[in-house]
Amino acid sequence: MIEVKDIYYTFPNRVQALKGVSLTISDGEFIAIMGQNGAGKTTLVKQFNGLLKPTKGEVVVDGINTRETSVAKLARNVGFVFQNPDHQLFCESVEEEIAFGLRNFGFEKNLEKKRVDWALNLLDLAQYRKTSPFLLSGGERKRVALASVLAWDPKTVVLDEPTIGQDHQQKEKLRQFIVQLNSQGKTVVVVTHDVEFVAESNPRVVLMTGGKIIADGIAEEILTNEKLVTKASLVPPQISQIFLQLADLGLPTNVIDIYQARDVLSKYMEAKHK
Amino acid sequence: MSMFSGFQFRKISTPVHNLDPRIKFIFVIIIFAIAIMFSELPVLIILFFAQIPIVLAARVQKEWIRSMRGAAFLAAIIFATNFIFSYIYSGYIFTPWLLENAIALTLRFVVLVESFSVFFLTTSPDHLGLALEQSHVPYEFCFAFTTAVRFVPVLAEEAQTIMDAQKARGLELEKGNFMKRIRNYIPILIPLIVSAIRRSLELAEAMESRAWGAIKKRTNLYELKVKKGDYILLMLTVAIVIVAIYVRLYVPIPSFSSVFAS
Repeated sequence: MIEVKDIYYTFPNRVQALKGVSLTISDGEFIAIMGQNGAGKTTLVKQFNGLLKPTKGEVVVDGINTRETSVAKLARNVGFVFQNPDHQLFCESVEEEIAFGLRNFGFEKNLEKKRVDWALNLLDLAQYRKTSPFLLSGGERKRVALASVLAWDPKTVVLDEPTIGQDHQQKEKLRQFIVQLNSQGKTVVVVTHDVEFVAESNPRVVLMTGGKIIADGIAEEILTNEKLVTKASLVPPQISQIFLQLADLGLPTNVIDIYQARDVLSKYMEAKHK
Repeated sequence: MSMFSGFQFRKISTPVHNLDPRIKFIFVIIIFAIAIMFSELPVLIILFFAQIPIVLAARVQKEWIRSMRGAAFLAAIIFATNFIFSYIYSGYIFTPWLLENAIALTLRFVVLVESFSVFFLTTSPDHLGLALEQSHVPYEFCFAFTTAVRFVPVLAEEAQTIMDAQKARGLELEKGNFMKRIRNYIPILIPLIVSAIRRSLELAEAMESRAWGAIKKRTNLYELKVKKGDYILLMLTVAIVIVAIYVRLYVPIPSFSSVFAS
């Protein structure tokens, strides 16, 4: 469980990035943190593993105050996948890259090998085991970065902008993967401004703007609220835009995915024919 | 990163910032030369304190202190090596002069860092490029130089992100003995170098696509003009040179150790 208690954060260059943020993330939750660039999303999630410590207020992860422990200790439970995989890849082979975190956390040799194999298979990277990560494509590098974090099986996974620079198919695969991770009991935190990506998985959404949380609730309610979404410089998902336009027909406006839309529309048609 | 931010330019307007970069550079070079000319502690102390009014006038105290703090580690090494080796050469006999000499040589380094830090803290990269161009340095070199200067803060920020990314994978930079600690930096240096190379290739492509180097003779929107304040600084610099050379040739400088001994 991650408890963020009324935190403020000011960067050394005096930019105030967080202005009184409170948030509780329970175990096993799937949560998307959304908002425009500079809203403080990344600054907020960097508090979860202690990379940044609040200037005021406190962050408590599984009962431990982030001020009283090291990043390495917190990272064992809170895995963090950075936006750009090139910021972390440095080893000669994919295998080594995945083993890096495990060695840092002191896994035994036997277990290390098992975990590396597991992570390679999990992200469909087994054929690249001995390949240099620098020779892989952008999407593959991203998967290596993800595998290198999932390998040590952290309780919580934070993904910063996972969809950037991925084609549609990759994105869909990634989305399904994240949903699957969550259904297996992992707490998943995704930082993104990709509304379509979020709409399709319908997680809890936390909307931020100007260093504050302006809304917190299920995607269905938040992403279809035009006023709120506009305030965070986003637009509602395309499906909900259609339903917002069709509001005059008496149709519900909190529709965010295709399957929901199909049901609603077919019911409407049926009713009309009768 | 503290060392980098000690050289990072911040745009404000003070008399020091508005000086012509060429004259300012001559001034810095002269301070540099004098620091090399003298190894006597009293002179170096004067050189060190003489620059503080400039720092205050330019309102860059904070950044300046940071650069001094960044230099502290190297300064400590310089002090230790000088002291230890001169102690060994003197046949393991300690004299106050040994100490004074080691302090003087350390201070010489600090003065060098100080003068360059003041220069870079108060001169925008654009002005620097203009100054080079108007001193008839080939444009390719000017461009390479200004780009290098401009990318220092970008790289520093990137290094910070990479450090965060590796810390998030359980890397502990401060862990282990001396050799282990050096090795701890490999996961940070490799991504940093790779991304710097990648960035430079991208920059080269972007420049080519904007017809860089299509015309041999370039014109500039802004031109540097030498103003009254610049002439004053130039005269001051000349005066400092004359005094320094005179002192070097004709005035014996007492050392603190000899003064206190007598």
